[in-house]
Amino acid sequence: MSLWKNYGMNRRHFMQHMATAAATIPAMNFLSHLQANADVVKSKQKACILMWMGGGPPTIDIWDLKPGSKNGGEFRPIDTAASGVQISEHMPETAKVFTDLSLVRSMSTREADHNRGRYYMQTSYVPNPTVVHPTFGSVVSYEIGRNRKALEIPAFVSIDGGAGQAGFLGMTHAPFSVDNTGRIQNAPTEEGKKRLDARLTMLDEIESGFIQSGRGELPKAHMDVYLNAKNLMTSRQMAAFDVNKSDVSLGLETESQATKDAYGTNGFGQGLLMARRLVQVGVPFVEVNMGGWDLHADVFNTLKNQRLPQLDRGIAAITADLKQRGMLDNTVLVWMGEFGRTPRINQDVGRDHWAASWSVMLGGGGLKNGQAVGATDKDGIQIAEGSKAYLPGDIWATVAMAMGIPVNTVHTSKRGRPMKLANGGTPIQELIG
Amino acid sequence: MQRTGLILLSTLMWAAVFTGVPFGRAVSADEGTASAEAASEAEASIFEFIDQQIRQGWQDNEIEPSPVATDEEWVRRVYLDVVGRIPTLQEVSSFLDDKNPRKRSILIDSLLDHEDYVRNFTTIWTNYSIGRGTPRQVSRTGMEKFFREAFARNRPWNEIVVDIITASGHFEENGAVNYILAQMQNRDEGVQLTAMTARLFLGLQVQCTQCHNHPFNKWQQDQFWEYNSFFRQVNRVDHRKLDPNTGRMVDDYSEVVWQEFSGPVYYEKRSGMMQVAFPKYEGREVDPGPGVDRRIEFSKLLTESVDDQAPHIAQAMVNRMWSHFFGYGFTRPVDDMGPHNPASHPELLSRLSREFVSSNYDIKQLIRWIVSSEAYGLSSRFGEKNKIDDPGAGEMPLFSHMYLKSMQAEQMYDSLIVASNAHKSGQGGWGAQEEQRRRWMQQFVVAFDNDENDESTTFNGTIPQALMMMNSELMERAVSVERGSFLFEMMSQPGTDAQKIQDLYLTALSRKPTRAEAAKMQKALAAYRNQKLAGYQDLFWALLNSNEFVLNH
Repeated sequence: MSLWKNYGMNRRHFMQHMATAAATIPAMNFLSHLQANADVVKSKQKACILMWMGGGPPTIDIWDLKPGSKNGGEFRPIDTAASGVQISEHMPETAKVFTDLSLVRSMSTREADHNRGRYYMQTSYVPNPTVVHPTFGSVVSYEIGRNRKALEIPAFVSIDGGAGQAGFLGMTHAPFSVDNTGRIQNAPTEEGKKRLDARLTMLDEIESGFIQSGRGELPKAHMDVYLNAKNLMTSRQMAAFDVNKSDVSLGLETESQATKDAYGTNGFGQGLLMARRLVQVGVPFVEVNMGGWDLHADVFNTLKNQRLPQLDRGIAAITADLKQRGMLDNTVLVWMGEFGRTPRINQDVGRDHWAASWSVMLGGGGLKNGQAVGATDKDGIQIAEGSKAYLPGDIWATVAMAMGIPVNTVHTSKRGRPMKLANGGTPIQELIG
Repeated sequence: MQRTGLILLSTLMWAAVFTGVPFGRAVSADEGTASAEAASEAEASIFEFIDQQIRQGWQDNEIEPSPVATDEEWVRRVYLDVVGRIPTLQEVSSFLDDKNPRKRSILIDSLLDHEDYVRNFTTIWTNYSIGRGTPRQVSRTGMEKFFREAFARNRPWNEIVVDIITASGHFEENGAVNYILAQMQNRDEGVQLTAMTARLFLGLQVQCTQCHNHPFNKWQQDQFWEYNSFFRQVNRVDHRKLDPNTGRMVDDYSEVVWQEFSGPVYYEKRSGMMQVAFPKYEGREVDPGPGVDRRIEFSKLLTESVDDQAPHIAQAMVNRMWSHFFGYGFTRPVDDMGPHNPASHPELLSRLSREFVSSNYDIKQLIRWIVSSEAYGLSSRFGEKNKIDDPGAGEMPLFSHMYLKSMQAEQMYDSLIVASNAHKSGQGGWGAQEEQRRRWMQQFVVAFDNDENDESTTFNGTIPQALMMMNSELMERAVSVERGSFLFEMMSQPGTDAQKIQDLYLTALSRKPTRAEAAKMQKALAAYRNQKLAGYQDLFWALLNSNEFVLNH
């Protein structure tokens, strides 16, 4: 398997990580005895895992608490492993790994409608009737994915999502959607797989005839797409989608029940676990969706009892797991939704849409983590004086830099308009160090 | 940018039109023939003019056209383009066997009177008008009903456009309002409605000028807002009702109503200066005072000729129709016309547009002119001396051979049904079939709604789409051997392997296999021994999955 070559292993480097990890979070161990004693395959390839919080999460109750303010709500802040950074008391596991995570607390993003907000946060551009901008996963697929020749599965995988668009970068870079069990729509049945070879032999005969009939390039392009689909269907890398499959040559193990439990046996946790496997085989961008954040009513009970326990467990697990595997420095974690929620608590004990001052979480990726960049004022209603306000383009420019995509990259729309990467955003200085 | 791939599939579901009978019979073919024979001299001269103009382009560029398309090539193409699906085995066979030298024009006329013509253009214009995935509080059924009646009665295009632009009322009682409802998803003071109307019906791209003067053409920012001021009296009202089962409020219906608006609209220059714009179109102003229905005034201006040229609505329709049949219009993109973007065949576009107006905006006549042209009847193979005629490589189209077009999602679905009787195999009545069609289209909405402005001559083939063709339930049914399926019927008939292979080719590709193909496939089938049925399934699967099937040539 040629892929093997791409996965170097530096045992000493790995052991250093093991030591650190063991010191900080002894409760979580993601490497089996077998792996711990053998050289573990480790991806040095850059990747990004986007945790997308559909509906707009109340970051004032998660990352940027306001104790003592009338907007403060019911939750108390707690210390994290990162000195000086406090987060919600309902995020205790995440607090333990916070030296590897960071917050940007001064997002100010102007779009407070779900669709417009999602478009803006994922593409860095506001919606515009003249052009469809690519979501950042498509940008990564275009910039990095197409150069990973050993990658046989799509470069941009969306788990439980799929609203993102490749826009002018073309359908090849659209998100490949799966659900959190790894089910792929229209995957072949076992019977279908058995007959595939015979069918493709006949198909080849028919297609070759049409290709040779002198009708330009489309007939060949069609054949290429089918070839890619066949390669996908028969690729060993498909094992990454199935947490119950192992493939030693790819460094994939059957995930133990303990690992599944550590991530959380819910859609978000299992999606993150799958994301880690996808990154292991070289997928550069994975989006994991978690919904249920549009909390116009009963925000505190819902957070405390449902959303935050899952979120906390998932973030802590993916961070620790990537770190133990030595993959965290090459994998950027991004956590965001389409906007934050109103500091003011409404009559239904909920919070409404709010884009003026809210938080995004980043992590891994070799960033200078363990800090909170920017701040909101004491009631959370605006960016604090002297604090720089950030746009989605700044977040994605930071991610681009961490992934080695030149920040001054310019794409061209179908109508020939130049389009700056991340809408010309600037990497956040404090994070890139 | 990388242009790999390729099937562009647009997307759309238009479930409600389904009649239960998948494809109707051609009706009143006699009438069509009679009208063709009665073609006036004026028409004859238009036919000649088209050919002459196209030939001029060949001469000027020193190329020679490809040979005339074979009957097999042409019959498949004309069915796909006019009625939105491939011909059935019977339709192919009867056309190939027909010895009448005028059979092509006879078929054109009979297809224009076919009920699938109505269905096809209803689908196309519903897609244009409200998109592929129906926006919330828009009635796809209503929009389809409007277009179905319009195309069935062959209403003049100017009347259709005016009805849409001036529409008011309940979204099912007056289906025309759904165009406006779909463009008013945001409370954006008619910005999207303005931009879309200019693009779709006038062939003008003014949307950039919402914010700034256009860098390359004469459109200025004030023009956008002048157009916009015609739509400020439009208001949408969404009605909700209580769902007695859940006790929650749900969508009931929506309507377009008039609202008072007079005077100018205000907009902001890039400099931050506020400006005013009054209702004005092509230099003609409309009274901005109260009590004037601006949309009605706008619709009057739309049908007036400007400087001896046909109105924009005629030119835009001619260009779009030409593009529908050839894959490329006279401008690229097809909806960006104007002095900044010269047409490939300006005189032809101009004359065709004027003739279209003279014919009282007769859509079927326009189609007849285009489809009867020498260029439309050419092979899609490149010839020896027209290699440069390759708009796919960015060259100006010279129409010296037919360009390949990727089937749209609906064409693909309907063609699969025609080829395979997939809707008959297994169980399930009308409802189950509708559900299946809806699910199929939904996959396209999700996966392919990205590129709505792309040309059909690109093929944005993606892996999910290929997987859908290879493994979907629909494909499984298409190659099923259950009672009622095409394969079942075929296998129940007597006949040699050679005959059966030929029938499969004719059904899927509208052509007979070459001798070499037939021999190879016979050999391949022989390898299945007593599993021959499986062999036929695999062959049919391969034919339906082939580039030759999905690329309209």
